[in-house]
Amino acid sequence: MNGATSEPIKPGDGSTHRATYLGAIREAQIEELRRDDSVIMMGEDLVASLFGTASGFLDEFGPSRIRDTPISEAGFCGAAIGAAMTGLRPIVDFAVSTFLYVAMDQIVNQAAKTRYMFGGQTSIPVVFRAAHFSGGSNAAHHSDRPHSTFMTVPGLKIIAPSTPYDIKGLLKTAIRDDDPVLCFESQTLWNAREQIPDDEYLIPLGQADVKRQGTDVTIVAIGQSVPHALAAADNLQEQGVSAEVIDPRSLVPFDWETVFNSVAKTSRLVVADSATLTCSAASEVVATVTETMFGDLVSAPIRVTTPDIHIPFSPAMEMGLYPDATKIAFAAERTLKG
Amino acid sequence: MLRIRIFDEQACDLAMKGHLPGALHTSTNQEAAVVGATMALRDDDYMTGNHRSHGHPIGKGSDVNGLMAELLGRRTGICRGKGGSMHLADFSVGSLGESGIVGSAVPIAVGAALSASVRGTDQVALTFFGDGGANAGVVHEAMNLASVWKLPVIFYCENNGFAVTFSTARSTSVENISERGAGYSMPGVTVDGQDPLAVYEVTAEAVRRARCGEGPSLIEAKTYRTREHAEGLNLSYRDEDEIDAWKKRDPIEVFGSWLVDHDVLTSDELALMRAEVMAEIDAAVAFALESEFPTAEEAFEDLYSNPFPNRGV
Repeated sequence: MNGATSEPIKPGDGSTHRATYLGAIREAQIEELRRDDSVIMMGEDLVASLFGTASGFLDEFGPSRIRDTPISEAGFCGAAIGAAMTGLRPIVDFAVSTFLYVAMDQIVNQAAKTRYMFGGQTSIPVVFRAAHFSGGSNAAHHSDRPHSTFMTVPGLKIIAPSTPYDIKGLLKTAIRDDDPVLCFESQTLWNAREQIPDDEYLIPLGQADVKRQGTDVTIVAIGQSVPHALAAADNLQEQGVSAEVIDPRSLVPFDWETVFNSVAKTSRLVVADSATLTCSAASEVVATVTETMFGDLVSAPIRVTTPDIHIPFSPAMEMGLYPDATKIAFAAERTLKG
Repeated sequence: MLRIRIFDEQACDLAMKGHLPGALHTSTNQEAAVVGATMALRDDDYMTGNHRSHGHPIGKGSDVNGLMAELLGRRTGICRGKGGSMHLADFSVGSLGESGIVGSAVPIAVGAALSASVRGTDQVALTFFGDGGANAGVVHEAMNLASVWKLPVIFYCENNGFAVTFSTARSTSVENISERGAGYSMPGVTVDGQDPLAVYEVTAEAVRRARCGEGPSLIEAKTYRTREHAEGLNLSYRDEDEIDAWKKRDPIEVFGSWLVDHDVLTSDELALMRAEVMAEIDAAVAFALESEFPTAEEAFEDLYSNPFPNRGV
């Protein structure tokens, strides 16, 4: 399920089509490029569209709005910010999430702070897209999950959708939002397929989705950990344990209400995230729930994350590091024993 | 030039009296390098700058009341007390902000020029940076990007000889920073930054090029700051003789004399102009001192255009 009932889908005949995660990204971008002339795109090898999310865009929208960039992440990121301050809505395709580090100054000191430091004189409607690469022997320079790092920076909004339906609706909202939005996409989800509406729809930022309802334990899962959490819930069901799986979808702003309501019902919490443990999104969820509703918990919440280590090249070392269904189910069982 | 000079002098006075929180970087003796450049811009052109922040928006035509109130951290400040001396901006005059991170606002100007280009206007963007910023990687990325996209940008380096204490001679691979234009297939011109007319002339040519689609230019204005990097510092890294020699080239004194010698203004008219600007800045100081401080709660405003409740409040 994707929680579509709570979202403002425009009336239509309810027809759907099958879309992959990558295809849904392309749909979101092409719809917004057609809708609003101020939307432009830039990124390395964008025109060639290495992963297909911008295929055909140059022909339809022309070289002024669809721009390949030199390998100058800080430079073109700053240019996107300056363009956003002066009337455009750039989508910057960083391709690989580690490349964001190269543009750290522009993202943190400029995109996140400019509106604030200048007393609200301007808005920065820019979207930075970046993919997490996991499980492909890409080693640490191409495999990282920096969403938690950016959650410590006020002024940014952050989404990490896990399904084709979600990424399309959230990315379209992000493009229309007047603030800088980081969109984290996991390469492990690229080929996920589902039916999505033919009609236009938007998903608000800051609205979690209950991917599976349950009563015994709440599993909050982020990005690529969502399918693993759903698989864990299936396994738990066979043992008579009813797990509720919540996908926050948006990390900043975060839908605390949905998580609180779930934990009020289950009294138990597991958080699964493929980022490293320390100061992670998972840590934030556990800390906030514990601070807010300690009395409702009957056992200690558990974080299931990648350990505090870089991603190694060899599959023999990499594959065991990420949260998977077994680890998540085991954690859920521990909360039940607690 | 007078407005910048007197604004800076009054800011120093306010700092001495304890009214001005934080660091204070003046443009004293660099006014011609600033004003000669901004005078070549139209009101709707864009501009970014750096931590030596007061002169650029004043040159672009910003109201001094809001700037002075910002220096004093008041609610009526142009940035509502969120930016302060190093981070002025006035979007109403195309001043897109001064960056406290050296070099960091240069690609922002490239983006403003990109926006003008995509939207099909003939606006241009001028970005001020210093000799220190000239060695920042992102400045080079920005110059290359502006060149390959042929954007209407003027890269304008105020070479005042020192990045804090580190001299250009010791920090920089070329004698003239303008030589670096060649590496990015754009004209590079060095100009005497103490001569406002010469600065205006080369900037106007760069603006003309940019406006008619001929792409970016690099200008280096050689100048010198006669005060410290920031007020309150007392560092020994340059000769007193050198400072004195540059003081003799004070652009306000030199250009004032030139105006009188060429019968553009009489001495009396010049004195009257000085008095008028003094009164204007005095009024700005009074406005700033009379303005209220923001409340502590106002710290939580202006973060997002579409805000949501701040966490941790």
